[in-house]
Amino acid sequence: MTPRIASAAVALLLLAVPLAGTVMDEPWLITLATRVAILGMAGVGLNLVLGYGGMVSLGHAAYFGIGGYVAGVLAHHALEGDPVLLWPVMLGGTDSMIVIWLVAIVSGALLALLIGCLSLRTSGVYFIMITLAFAQMIYYFTISWPAYGGEDGLPIYLRNSLFGLDTMDPMTFFLIVFAVLVVVICLVSMVVRARFGLALNAVRQNETRVRSVGIGGFRVRLVAFVMSGAITALAGALFVDLNRFVSPSMLSWHTSGEIMVFVILGGVARLWGPIAGAALYVFLEQVLGSMTDHWQFWVGLLLIVVVLHARGGIMGFASGQRSDDG
Amino acid sequence: MLEVVGLTKSFGAVRANDEVSIDLVTGEIHALIGPNGAGKSTFITQVAGDLAPDSGSIRFRGRDIGHMRAAERARLGMARTFQISSLIGEFTVLENVVLAQLGRLGESMRFFAPVARDQELRNLAQECLARVGLESRHRERVSEISHGERRLLEIAIALALEPAAFLLDEPMAGLDQEGSRMLVGLLDSLRQTAPVLLVEHDMDAVFALADRISVLVDGRLIATGQPDAIRSDDAVRAAYLGMEQP
Ligand SMILES: Nc1ncnc2c1ncn2[C@@H]1O[C@H](COP(=O)(O)OP(=O)(O)OP(=O)(O)O)[C@@H](O)[C@H]1O
Ligand SMILES: [Mg+2]
Repeated sequence: MTPRIASAAVALLLLAVPLAGTVMDEPWLITLATRVAILGMAGVGLNLVLGYGGMVSLGHAAYFGIGGYVAGVLAHHALEGDPVLLWPVMLGGTDSMIVIWLVAIVSGALLALLIGCLSLRTSGVYFIMITLAFAQMIYYFTISWPAYGGEDGLPIYLRNSLFGLDTMDPMTFFLIVFAVLVVVICLVSMVVRARFGLALNAVRQNETRVRSVGIGGFRVRLVAFVMSGAITALAGALFVDLNRFVSPSMLSWHTSGEIMVFVILGGVARLWGPIAGAALYVFLEQVLGSMTDHWQFWVGLLLIVVVLHARGGIMGFASGQRSDDG
Repeated sequence: MLEVVGLTKSFGAVRANDEVSIDLVTGEIHALIGPNGAGKSTFITQVAGDLAPDSGSIRFRGRDIGHMRAAERARLGMARTFQISSLIGEFTVLENVVLAQLGRLGESMRFFAPVARDQELRNLAQECLARVGLESRHRERVSEISHGERRLLEIAIALALEPAAFLLDEPMAGLDQEGSRMLVGLLDSLRQTAPVLLVEHDMDAVFALADRISVLVDGRLIATGQPDAIRSDDAVRAAYLGMEQP
């Protein structure tokens, strides 16, 4: 199987499950596939820094969460009819997905810019700890902020709207998510094959060499980090629309860990890897979870096997190639 | 072209560079020699901007570049090679050269067109590889080429920067006789592109190539001059050359 075929197989499988769900009249399958697509998208964001850039961020829950809270808070205000902000400009809520996505992307990018500027000067374990610390700060902030439900979270009752579609219909919502996912993966694919992608790949392997040919490694890593935060925030906004609920748990370090597991299980630096990883994770959660409370133990074991013996993860295993480019 | 004055760097109690002053003028190969641990690599690394000196000044192309980062210095035209090959291991030979061109052209922040299909970049990179005789190896992954080929690729990358000065840290390290002979020819031709500061242990190569030689011992410059003058310099003989040959 070439990497291209392996990718196509993942995409088709992701489409097939909700179709089967429709045919068999099992709508929970559609919801499950939607969850995989969204969690996978969060992983696609992380993959840009972890897989291509070699930056081990253990704080991607921060971007997932900020995207989620953007969706939750804007929708909440739209429902209540009171403005989000009175000063310095008056800003109202909205239930338009397009607007929410854009605000989520910009918020994720800005947060990543801030955290990136402060953390990308470090590397290795320090970088892992600093990204984790920032995410935890935001996590505790949302818990202690009563206006939006604090620890209990914030329900939004209705899905936000897009072009007058019936977004409450599971299949419609799945197709929206799937379309967004395909666009995101195409954009990432373009970026990693472009000149920037070459520089990013090089920075991961040997930053001294990159400097010595006149490319500032910090700038390259920061730009990748910002793009990554934007993508994961977009996934967070969709996740809240899926569940019609946002809570601080989106920001907890478990979430950061899970996103990382998707990327590693699926295969780092592979475009569809995080989707494959999220699919396997959700599958195991369903199947093993119904048999034992300790299903995460088995996921952990699998993770160890992948890290030790199959660094390409599922996609590497399926394609037998060391990277997407063969 | 390049003028370094009073460069000093200590690592704890070790004075790796003590008031070292060296200049490089157009068209020359200036060899920097000295025993192991003399501070040659430390000197190159500071001039390239990867290590901050304790004191001293560095002027390049008429500008004080002391405050500039390594990447800025490279864009100004300072091309260094590493004593221990420092390449992008998962890249092909060609991609390593293309990367250097992105640096020179300031094009690393382009997000759209696929770089692998850029014919112009490829052609330019092939020209650099042809100058060092690696053009037929362009598709190989760097992790799979020989040590000698890596030494050559380091120089091809330096050429891709279209430099105003070369800083070469032991380009012949680990080469066999034939490889060394070939490299002497290549280095000889480099000075027409830009002046070369050459750190090298191979004395035959140094005396065959150098227009001027500076001798560094224990972080201190003990002599600078024409090869003949260096060969007969008593302090140099005592401190260095005497150890290797009569
Ligand atoms: N990063 C460092 N930290 C501490 N000491 C260092 C460091 N780099 C170099 N040194 C010390 O500085 C001195 C000069 O080292 P340097 O590598 O510059 O020598 P060199 O002339 O290049 O030697 P060689 O011919 O073996 O390459 C040595 O004593 C070395 O141990
Ligand atoms: Mg050295």
